[in-house]
Amino acid sequence: MEQGHALLALILISVGTAAVLVVVPSERKDWVRVLSVLSGATLFAISAYVFVEYRGDSEEQFSFLLRYDWLENVGILGEDGITLHLGVDGIAAVMILLNGVVTFAGTLISWKIEYKNKDFFVLFFLLTAGVFGTFSSLDLFFFFFFYELAVLPMYLLIAVWGSSTRFPTFVRTKEYSGLKLMVMLVAASVLIFLGIFATFIEADLGTFNLPDLYAHAQQGGFDTDFQKVVFPLFAIGAGCLAGLWPFHTWSPDGHVAAPTAVSMLHAGVLMKLGAFGILRLGIQLLPEGAEFWMPVLIGMAAINVLYGAVSAMGQTDFKYVIGYSSVSHMGYVLMGLATLDPVGVNGAALQMFSHGVMTALMFAMVGAVYDQAHTRELAVFGGLASKMPRFAIYFLIAGVTSVGLPGFSGFVAEFNVFVGTFRSYPVIGGLAVLGAGITAVYIFRLLALSFFGQFNEERWGGLKEMNKFETAGGALLIAFILFMGLWPAPFVDRISPTVVNFLPGVGS
Amino acid sequence: MREGLNLDYALLIPEYMLGGLALLVVAVDMLMPNVRKQLLPVITGLGLIGAFVVSLAYLDETDNFAGLIAIDDYTTFFRCFFIATAFAVVIASMGFVERELRHPGEYYALLSVSTAGAIFMASARELLTAYIGLELLSFSLYVLVSYAKRDARSNEAGMKYMLLGAFASALLLYGISFIYGTSGSTTYSEIQEAFESGTSGFTLGTLLGLTLIVAGLGFKVAAVPFHMWTPDAYEGAPLPITAYLSATSKAAGFALLLRLFSSALMPVIDDWQFMVAAVSALTMVVGNVVALQQHNIKRLLAYSSIGQVGYMLMGITTISPEVSSALLLHMTGYVITTLAGFIAIIAYHNETGAEEIDDFRGMSDRAPLLAAVTAVALFSLAGMPLFAGFLTKFILFQSVAQNDYYWLAAVAVVASLISLYYYLQVIRRLYVSEPPEMTRFRVPLITQGAVVVLTAGIFFVGLYPAPLFDVTDSVAAVLFQS
Repeated sequence: MEQGHALLALILISVGTAAVLVVVPSERKDWVRVLSVLSGATLFAISAYVFVEYRGDSEEQFSFLLRYDWLENVGILGEDGITLHLGVDGIAAVMILLNGVVTFAGTLISWKIEYKNKDFFVLFFLLTAGVFGTFSSLDLFFFFFFYELAVLPMYLLIAVWGSSTRFPTFVRTKEYSGLKLMVMLVAASVLIFLGIFATFIEADLGTFNLPDLYAHAQQGGFDTDFQKVVFPLFAIGAGCLAGLWPFHTWSPDGHVAAPTAVSMLHAGVLMKLGAFGILRLGIQLLPEGAEFWMPVLIGMAAINVLYGAVSAMGQTDFKYVIGYSSVSHMGYVLMGLATLDPVGVNGAALQMFSHGVMTALMFAMVGAVYDQAHTRELAVFGGLASKMPRFAIYFLIAGVTSVGLPGFSGFVAEFNVFVGTFRSYPVIGGLAVLGAGITAVYIFRLLALSFFGQFNEERWGGLKEMNKFETAGGALLIAFILFMGLWPAPFVDRISPTVVNFLPGVGS
Repeated sequence: MREGLNLDYALLIPEYMLGGLALLVVAVDMLMPNVRKQLLPVITGLGLIGAFVVSLAYLDETDNFAGLIAIDDYTTFFRCFFIATAFAVVIASMGFVERELRHPGEYYALLSVSTAGAIFMASARELLTAYIGLELLSFSLYVLVSYAKRDARSNEAGMKYMLLGAFASALLLYGISFIYGTSGSTTYSEIQEAFESGTSGFTLGTLLGLTLIVAGLGFKVAAVPFHMWTPDAYEGAPLPITAYLSATSKAAGFALLLRLFSSALMPVIDDWQFMVAAVSALTMVVGNVVALQQHNIKRLLAYSSIGQVGYMLMGITTISPEVSSALLLHMTGYVITTLAGFIAIIAYHNETGAEEIDDFRGMSDRAPLLAAVTAVALFSLAGMPLFAGFLTKFILFQSVAQNDYYWLAAVAVVASLISLYYYLQVIRRLYVSEPPEMTRFRVPLITQGAVVVLTAGIFFVGLYPAPLFDVTDSVAAVLFQS
């Protein structure tokens, strides 16, 4: 049993759970729930194992390696044409842990789903399989395979189990939001597809194996003009999933309309998949193209931060505030990556984890109150802390993490991003800090309006505290927020060697 | 007549079996009227299985019949392909035959005979033999399309198909005559030799011939701008025949195109490559964009299949061993997926009369297995992973991009994105909308079996394609050995 089998297990258990659930009768809702939570727990355990056992190395970028031949020496494919090649580096290991945590929390939060919960969990586990696969994929074909797999269930998840939002003059239906999300993400993947064609042809190695392509890039196999043309394809294609402005418009509508666990996974983990794509396909594969385009990217990331924050300030719906907040915080990730500076990229990877758990927590909490109140309008809430104190504390923690209060993970991540940005782009660094200030405004406004102040007893008298599953899921996420916030060393020890030694253009 | 013509009649046994099966079925229909409806599908099915098994006996054979018909791995591949497709259509037709037909013998006989026609299109190594095979398939289809006698649309569809088909056949024959004029032969290998020694004296003739052949065959496979018969034929025909049109008719056209263009017309590739590329691009775009407007499921599937033809024409544009192998892989995946989707839709239609996309509302509540199969088939056609469509499109598009037609592959990827939209509209009806009534109904066991097997096929090609890809690779290699 090699270590690499853990990565394969993550994918197979996810897909296997989906396959088993297909044959479970729809009426047996409790079997579905128990099986899903057990699977979630197993996936969490294995991802924790991968995280703990990973050792940063200065010689080899990837460990936990596993490779199976899939298609070779046939058609256009040469030796090792397409192989199921799995492996993780420091950043991927942290991301795998993130997915394990959010998936487990998601299964707990989804315990109360009644309508067709079997179908829900089949699609949910396909989604999580796609994410695990993309983070561990070292073959370009399978990277794209799992990337698309993660998009496949989205329309149905949102359109069947999601919720529409009623605005004063129109209704933003869940069908619209789901369609927009899926079509925009597949459109973005068209760009990635085109980049993959070009890269495979230009490399002329007959293989999709990423380490071979990286070595080819290191030896100057892709000429600079090629890189300058193809990098935007990958950057925009993956950036769209990461919420890069102006390709982010699927995100607020999509995340708001999605059911709680799906919002948690999508905003929490899938957007990081986009940033990860920029890393694997952009920075590592086309380093000179990356160097050329990063000044543009960092400008766009700054716009992300500010635009997202200002938009969040203007929202009247609870979940839309969080949706735009995600766009804003992903701006920090993209900013950190765009600095091509070791501290900045470290910060980006830390922010990927920190924002992941934080936004998952926020969406979980919003879901908890929406399921009872059936509205998300900020104006109607007030003084909730008196009725749902535990809920208020959880949300408060999520809020201060978002603002970047020391002691919580947000501070560790954002601090690194700011330092990295200031080193190369002081003006952008200033704008980023301004963004943090605006974040404080809308977060504290949100907290003040909903949790404190006058409590509307006649309308909300019947509100109960969160159920035990929501509490457990929330507690799991808070544990990791505090983990990174108080003791970031395990994370940095895994991320830093990868960033410093193996990302071209970054580091020494 | 040349001496030494190989008249080994034993090479064509599968075709004799198909012909004999047709006669047998008609005879049983006439002589045993009481048991015909139960017995005939069984006889046809068994006959097809027999022909399939006998076809496999010709593996690794390289021979030809009278210089007209090649018996090689390519022929064997397509024999198995078309016979298996006919078998699936027989299963798909059971409901239609049960309800609508009083004399099903002719129906099954036509299916059998058209399969033989399709096989001749794939195996012919001479233009007029290919033409005869094409006409055999077409005439059978003209009748089959009009088979729903009491539905005016079916009659209209058959009429349109026949008139336009006759016109296209005339164009094709005219083109063949030009090629004969400029090359001095109608046999693929001799045409290839003639063109290899140069066509400088008669480029206009060659060019005219090529254009007319592309037009004639373009009609057959429903390429734009020769596609106008397709939506009407698909809408009017009985659903099982729509499935048959979508699968065999297209595959046979491509089998012919591949063999012709890879041997006889290969030396003049510079004359036709851009023309075929333009037709391919036009087909992909028009097929998918017009599909966005459709609200009848059969017309939607018609335009969707036109779009798919566009992708396959890319394979003809950049014809080479790797691309041909990718094309054959894509065609196999496409036919499996199409049949799975159609059988599911046919089963639902038989129970509920669903024709418009809106009639499929809530299918997941009334027939969950059928809805799941339809969703899987549509996602596969859109090119989503886990399913055959993702892999086959990826390999085909990459192969085309590799052969200097990057722009065409880019058009294909965008067209594929467009198709996702209208497939999602159908899937939305299946899963998101409420059904008009909530009663579940029993799907016949044989239909369940068929859809499960075909869906397993979709997953098999999508997740473990190596065996199939090795087969298509070796089959494609046969085409280029000269």
